[in-house]
Amino acid sequence: MSLIQPTRIDFEDPELSATRAELVRELRAFLPSDAVLEQQEQVQPYECDGLSAYRQLPLLVVLPRTVEEVQRILRLCHTRDVPVVARGAGTGLSGGALPRGDGVLLSLARFTRILDLDPVARTARVEPGVRNLAISEAAAPHGLYYAPDPSSQIACTIGGNVAENSGGVHCLKYGLTVHNVLAVKLVTIEGELIELGSGGLDAPGYDLLALFIGSEGMLGVTVEVTVKLLPVPERAQAILAAYDDVEKAGQAVGDIIAAGIIPAGLEMMDGPAIQAAEDFVHAGYPTDAAAILICEIDGTSQEVSEEVMRVRDLLLVSGATEVRTSRDDAERLMFWKGRKAAFPAVGRISPDYYCMDGTIPRRALPEVLRRTAEMSREYGLRVANVFHAGDGNMHPLILFDANKPGELERTEELGGRILELCVEVGGTITGEHGVGIEKINQMCVQFSPEELGQFHAVKAAFDPKGLLNPGKGVPTPRRCSEYRQLPDHTHRHPH
Amino acid sequence: MPNLPVHVDFEAFVNDKGKRVSNDLTAELQDRVRHAADASLPLRLEGNGTKSGLGRAVDGEILSLSGHSGILNYQPKELVVTARCGTPLCEIEAALAEQGQMLPFEPPHFADASDEGRSTLGATLGGTIACGLSGPARPYAGSARDLVLGTRVLTGRAEVLRFGGEVMKNVAGYDISRLMTGAFGTLGVLLDISVKVLPIPTTGRTLVQTCSPAEAIARMTGWAAKPLPISATCFDGEQLWVRLSGNHGGVSAAAERIGDEAVDDGEALAFWREQIREQRHPFFAGDAPLWRLSVPPTVAPLPLPGAQLIEWGGAQRWLRSDAEAEVIRSAVSAVGGHATLFRGGDRRSEVFHPLPAGLMTLHREMKRAFDPNGILNPGRLYATL
Ligand SMILES: Cc1cc2nc3c(=O)[nH]c(=O)nc-3n(C[C@H](O)[C@H](O)[C@H](O)COP(=O)(O)OP(=O)(O)OC[C@H]3O[C@@H](n4cnc5c(N)ncnc54)[C@H](O)[C@@H]3O)c2cc1C
Ligand SMILES: Cc1cc2nc3c(=O)[nH]c(=O)nc-3n(C[C@H](O)[C@H](O)[C@H](O)COP(=O)(O)OP(=O)(O)OC[C@H]3O[C@@H](n4cnc5c(N)ncnc54)[C@H](O)[C@@H]3O)c2cc1C
Repeated sequence: MSLIQPTRIDFEDPELSATRAELVRELRAFLPSDAVLEQQEQVQPYECDGLSAYRQLPLLVVLPRTVEEVQRILRLCHTRDVPVVARGAGTGLSGGALPRGDGVLLSLARFTRILDLDPVARTARVEPGVRNLAISEAAAPHGLYYAPDPSSQIACTIGGNVAENSGGVHCLKYGLTVHNVLAVKLVTIEGELIELGSGGLDAPGYDLLALFIGSEGMLGVTVEVTVKLLPVPERAQAILAAYDDVEKAGQAVGDIIAAGIIPAGLEMMDGPAIQAAEDFVHAGYPTDAAAILICEIDGTSQEVSEEVMRVRDLLLVSGATEVRTSRDDAERLMFWKGRKAAFPAVGRISPDYYCMDGTIPRRALPEVLRRTAEMSREYGLRVANVFHAGDGNMHPLILFDANKPGELERTEELGGRILELCVEVGGTITGEHGVGIEKINQMCVQFSPEELGQFHAVKAAFDPKGLLNPGKGVPTPRRCSEYRQLPDHTHRHPH
Repeated sequence: MPNLPVHVDFEAFVNDKGKRVSNDLTAELQDRVRHAADASLPLRLEGNGTKSGLGRAVDGEILSLSGHSGILNYQPKELVVTARCGTPLCEIEAALAEQGQMLPFEPPHFADASDEGRSTLGATLGGTIACGLSGPARPYAGSARDLVLGTRVLTGRAEVLRFGGEVMKNVAGYDISRLMTGAFGTLGVLLDISVKVLPIPTTGRTLVQTCSPAEAIARMTGWAAKPLPISATCFDGEQLWVRLSGNHGGVSAAAERIGDEAVDDGEALAFWREQIREQRHPFFAGDAPLWRLSVPPTVAPLPLPGAQLIEWGGAQRWLRSDAEAEVIRSAVSAVGGHATLFRGGDRRSEVFHPLPAGLMTLHREMKRAFDPNGILNPGRLYATL
C-alpha cells in the first residue's frame, strides 16, 4: 500500500460501531433522518476525493441544510472529541477531504443557494456548496463573472475553493480565490459563527480572511462566502504557438512577461499532453510539436488588438515553429478545449495518473522540465506536463497502473522527488491543490520544525483540541523526524 | 527584449541620501527580541517612524528596524522583488522604475518633506506592509496584502521563520505572510518581504468631471461594472477624477467613452501622487480628526457632520469630523463598513473599529500564538492585543 496513507480503520470495528450508534442517536435528535448516513453502502461514495489512491470509510456522514445545524453538529463533535472532515464536491487532488474512520464527514452539498447577487456592487453572497461555475452563470445576465476558474469548475464548490485557495487558467491576471473573496462566514469547532471580511474592501483587525483562505478545512467550516464579480471583458483572443523544443517554449513565457505584458492566461502543454488532448477532443493541435503555449489576451477591443500583435511578434522571435491567433470566439474556445480537457485526456491513455502541483520561479522552467524528464526515465514512468506556465505552476502528470505491484509506491516517490526539486529551485510543493494528506511529507522539506510549530500554534488558536481535519496539511514533528530518517532522501531546508 | 538577467548593483544603490549599504541585522534583532521576551519588556517597532501617527500610541523600548535594509533579489521577469524591511520605499520604487515596473498597490509614503531627520528617508517597506496601506490603485490593482508573496519574520518567541516565497502561487501551510500584513507589528517583526510587481502601463490619462457626491458614486460604480482600464477614482468634494491606465489603444477608447476633460500629465501626477496618495490635498490639512471609512462602494453619501472625500470607486471615504466616535462608528456599521480614526483625535482610545466578542477572542488567541509574552507593539492595534 501507499507510503502516505494512515492505516485504514475498519468500518465494522466494534468500538467504533458503538460510537457511531450513539452519535447517530444524538444527531437524529435535531437533524432530519435523511441528513445522517450510517450504512456502509451510504457512506461509500464519500470514501475518497479526487485523489482516489487513498480511501477510508467515514464513521458516518452528515448532510445539514442550515447554519444552525452545522453549529449543533460541530458543538456535539467538540463535546464528544470526534474528528470532523468538511467536504464540498470532493474534487480536491490532495486528499484534503479524505474521511477519518473515527470521524464525521460533514458534507456541505446541500448548501446550494445563491443568497444575493448585487450587480451594482458587483458581489455575490453564496452558500458554500454552490458550484464555482454556477456563480458565473448567475452573474452572466449582468455582464459579470467570478474570475477564478479551476478546470474542475463545473463540479467544485466555492467552499472547497476557499479551503484550497484555488486558482485557474486566468489567475495570472485576475488572482486566486484569496484575491476574489470579500467575506466568509465560518463556524468554529466550538460551534461559534464568525464573520471575516466586510462589505468594503478590508476589515478591521488581523487579516484572518487571508489566513482562513487556503486553510484546507483545518480552522473552521465555511458556511457563506461573498465573492467579487468582474465585468466580462469586451473581447478575448487566444494565440497558440508551437515549439520543437520544450525549453524554448519555457523561455518564451519569460519573454512575454519581460515585455510588460500580463496575459489573462498563459498555459503550456508538452508533447505527451498535446497528443493525449488531441486524440480526445480534436482541438487541431500540432501533434508533432514538443510543446505548445496558449496565451489569452483580454480587455477592450483596442487593447486586445495591440497586445495580440506584440505577443505574436515575440513568439515568432522566440523560435516558435507556428503561431496561430484565434479568428473568432469559436476558434478561441477550440484552442482552450484541449487544455481544459487535458487531465481526463491523459486519463484515457493510462490506467491511472497522478497530478503534481509544484510552483517554481519562471526562470527555472527549462531546468525543471529537463530534470523531470530525466527522473521520468529513471523511474520508467511516463510524465505529461500541462500547466499554468505564466505563474510557474507546474502540473506534471505521472502515468501509472495501480494494479501493477509497486507502481503506486514508485509513483509517489517520483512525485515526491519532483516536489523536492521545486523547493530546491526556490519554489513550493503546492501552488493550488493544497497539502492535504498527499504532500504532508514534503512539508517537512519545505519548512523547518519551528515553522511547522508556528502552524500548529495557529491551528490551536482556532481549534485547540485539533478536531478539524486532523492529520492533514501540517505534519507532526514526529512524522517529520520519521520521514527524515528514510533512506534516499536529501532533505534540504531553505535555511 | 533583455534575455539576460538584468544586473542591478544594489550594494551601490544611490538615492537622494547618497550611497546606501545593504545591512543584515537579523542576529542583533533576534537577540533584542529574545531578551525582551525573557524579561517581558515591551518593544516598540519602528521603521522610519513616519507612520507613528497611525494606530494607537504605544509604550516600550524602541526597536529600530531601519538599519536592516537592502534589496535582496529583484528579477524583473519573475515579477517579484524581495527586500529587507528597513529598505526605503523610494529605493525600491527607483529600482523597479529602472526596469519599467512598479509596486501595483501604490503605497503612500507619508514622508513629510519638511520633517528633518529620520523620516526624510521616508517610509520603509516594513512599515508600509505592517500598516497594510495601499494607495489610489487599490480597488483596481489589489491591496498590499494581495501583493505580498512571502515574508521572513521574527516572532515574539524570537524565532526567525519564513513563510510563502517568491512564487505567485503557494498554498503550502497557512498564509502567514498575509496575516502579518496590516498587523501593525503586533504579531512579528517583518525582516524580509517579497512583493509582486507589475509593468508600468505605457499610457495614462486622467479625466475630470464636475458632479454631486451621489452622482460621483453612481458614476464610479457604473464604470466599474464595465470592462474599462480604470486605475484610480476620487471625488474631492467638487470634482470627480478618474485615471485610466493601459496601452494606448485601450486608454484612448475608454477616454472617449467616459468623456470630459483630460488634465495634463503633470497635473495628474501631482493630484494622484501628492494630493491623494500622500494626503497633501487641502482636504487633509488642519487639525480636525481624520477618519477613514471603509464601506461597500455603492453606499450613498453618509450623512455625517464634516467634509468627505471619496476614493476607491466609493469603497474608501475620508471624513474630517469632530463628531463622537460612537456616532461615526454606528453610522458606518449600519451600512456594513468599519471606521478608523486615521489621524488626530484621542490616540489612547480604540482607533480601530471594535470587534465582535467572538472575533476578538480569536485575535487574542492569534496574538498569543505569535507573541506569548505580549512584547511586540502591545496595544498598538487594540488595547488588549
Ligand atoms: C479535473 C480536475 C481539475 C482541477 N483543476 C484545478 C485547477 O485548475 N485549479 C485548482 O486550484 N484546483 C483544481 N482542481 C482541484 C479541486 O477541484 C479544487 O481544489 C477545488 O477547490 C476543490 O473543491 P471541492 O468542492 O471539490 O472540495 P473538496 O474536494 O470536497 O474539499 C477540498 C478541501 O476543502 C475542504 N472543504 C470543502 N468544503 C469546505 C467548507 N465548506 N468548509 C471548510 N472546508 C471545506 C475539505 O475538507 C478539503 O480539505 C482540479 C480537480 C480536478 C479533479
Ligand atoms: C502624526 C503623524 C501624521 C502624519 N501624517 C502624514 C501626512 O499627513 N502626510 C505625510 O506625508 N506623512 C505623514 N506622516 C509621516 C508618516 O507617518 C510615514 O512616512 C510611512 O509611510 C511609515 O513608514 P515607516 O517606515 O516610517 O513606518 P513606521 O511609522 O516606523 O511604522 C509603522 C508601523 O509599522 C510597524 N513596523 C515598522 N516596521 C516594521 C517591521 N519591519 N515589522 C513589523 N512591524 C513594523 C511599526 O511598529 C508601526 O506600527 C505622519 C506622521 C505622523 C507621526
